[in-house]
Amino acid sequence: MLQVGLYHFLVLSGLLFSLGIFAVLTRKNAILVLMGIELILNSANINFIAFAKYGNFGFSGQMVALFVIILAAAEAAVALAIVLNIYKNFNTVHVDEIDGLKD
Amino acid sequence: MDLTYIWNSLTYFQAEIALSIVFVLLLLLDLFFKKTKYLLPIVSVIGFAVVGYFIFSTPTSDALIFGTRENPNLGMVVVDNFALFFKIIILLSTTFTVLFSISSKEIVGSGEFHGEYYVLLAGMTLGMFIMVSTVDLLLMYLAIEMVSISSYILAGFTRKVSRSSEASLKYIIFGAVASGTMLYGISILYGIAGSTNIYAINAILSYGNVSTLTMVFAGLLIITGLGFKISMAPFHFWTPDVYEGAPITITGLLSVASKAAGFAILIRFLKISFVDVTATNFQSSSWVIFDFFDWTEIIAILSVLTMTLGNLAALWQDNLKRMLAYSSIAHAGYMLMGVVIIDNNGLIAVLIYFFIYLFMNLGAFFVLMLISDKIGSEEMDDFNGLGYKAPLLCVSFTIFLISLTGIPPTAGFIGKLYLFSALIQTNWIWLAVVGVINSVISLYYYVRVVRNMFLKESSTGEVQIPLSWLNVALVIILLAPTLILGIYFQPLVEYAQKSVMILGF
Repeated sequence: MLQVGLYHFLVLSGLLFSLGIFAVLTRKNAILVLMGIELILNSANINFIAFAKYGNFGFSGQMVALFVIILAAAEAAVALAIVLNIYKNFNTVHVDEIDGLKD
Repeated sequence: MDLTYIWNSLTYFQAEIALSIVFVLLLLLDLFFKKTKYLLPIVSVIGFAVVGYFIFSTPTSDALIFGTRENPNLGMVVVDNFALFFKIIILLSTTFTVLFSISSKEIVGSGEFHGEYYVLLAGMTLGMFIMVSTVDLLLMYLAIEMVSISSYILAGFTRKVSRSSEASLKYIIFGAVASGTMLYGISILYGIAGSTNIYAINAILSYGNVSTLTMVFAGLLIITGLGFKISMAPFHFWTPDVYEGAPITITGLLSVASKAAGFAILIRFLKISFVDVTATNFQSSSWVIFDFFDWTEIIAILSVLTMTLGNLAALWQDNLKRMLAYSSIAHAGYMLMGVVIIDNNGLIAVLIYFFIYLFMNLGAFFVLMLISDKIGSEEMDDFNGLGYKAPLLCVSFTIFLISLTGIPPTAGFIGKLYLFSALIQTNWIWLAVVGVINSVISLYYYVRVVRNMFLKESSTGEVQIPLSWLNVALVIILLAPTLILGIYFQPLVEYAQKSVMILGF
């Protein structure tokens, strides 16, 4: 039977991180970009917990992950408020249509 | 871990506690006195003064605070002279920002939520205080997020102005990606070292036996996040948009205080984690943990990129706010040159530069705010002939811009002088030459404003810019150090020499 080890978690988190960056770079909708950001944060969380478990670092990794989850929620709240405000001002949430500021 | 230890640690945390109380007090006052206009700014200024008193009265400790008893070396926060210096810079610039805001049309005109502005400023200051004194990667991330989340809201504070809300959207998207990337880097570093404390990380790295590729990858990811905060190229692209769109008081704050906090955290992270403590001779080559991978070269190249991109893009800006944004990118590049020489001389130069930059940059933004509130525009052409209509403002604007260029007898010259001499002492001649060339380039766009103000015919009619006594006093307070530090700078240099002591080095 296949043993799930540290490498599996690292590969998973690497994949999630890359998918997150990919979503941020390619999606036009601000909400989808924010979802990409969530993927990035959670890929780091997986790393923290996997390292803490397989490296026997105690509970410090889990603690970091808890803090990150809380912060991600705070950030999402602010980000959604900003997106809502953008919708009121521009009538769209597509990031490339919001280009009033440029050189 | 017992309570008395935490209780004893609190002695070193007085300033932050005072700031938290100011924060809560402002929140409550905003709830009960919604209609008043001057109450909150006055309370914040008094509160910041009290915090300033506590900054000086707190003893500088030789230990880390909030550590555990079993492991007293693994605290999360330090109170050293280095943190103290940056706390002073941050507190000064926040206080100035509050005073600017009293007469800012954008902030006062934003209606019933105008009180929240001061609450957020206090929260942001608290975050920056923790940023400059933390030695733990987790707390570093938390503090950066605390500052960032407040500044996302502040950048879009004038909600109904479309460019302001656009600025906050761009800021939060870029900012969240940068801090997420940094967090991923931190998680890898945690996997290598098994701890988030940077002293522990340094100890583990000193043993060697660490995969270089992984280490470099993690280091670069973390520097991405920190570089974003100080708008280092190639992570600077958010800066012009956000600085142009945000209310001008916030632009000033972001360009000074939040950049100062970013620099403090970058210097502390690089200096503690990657420098070999056992090296007796502390020159620029002592980043010997990876002798095959040279961090100094990377920072040097990034600093050249940052200042050159900033200066070249500033050349063809017609919007003054945007021009000052690019100029602040260029200044980050100059200060990064001091980070390249990570020894004491380089850091002293960075500290001196930052103290001077605080006055000249805030001064330039303040005068720009006063003028643009009146004439309703930040375009270069609308400043034509303004020098004769508002002589005090335009002359002081000229002095601030000359100081930003770095021409004697202004303070900006002293800042650059110390930077370049530190570079030459450590044989970074080519970097110094690039820095000088960049200063010459920057002369063009700074002087262009002065030419427009004094030598061009005005196209508009009469403009009256009435100034309250507070505004005149603020301009003079900002102007005085810009001129005096250009001639009499010995005390500042001595203070910077004292402040360069980072705990453990």
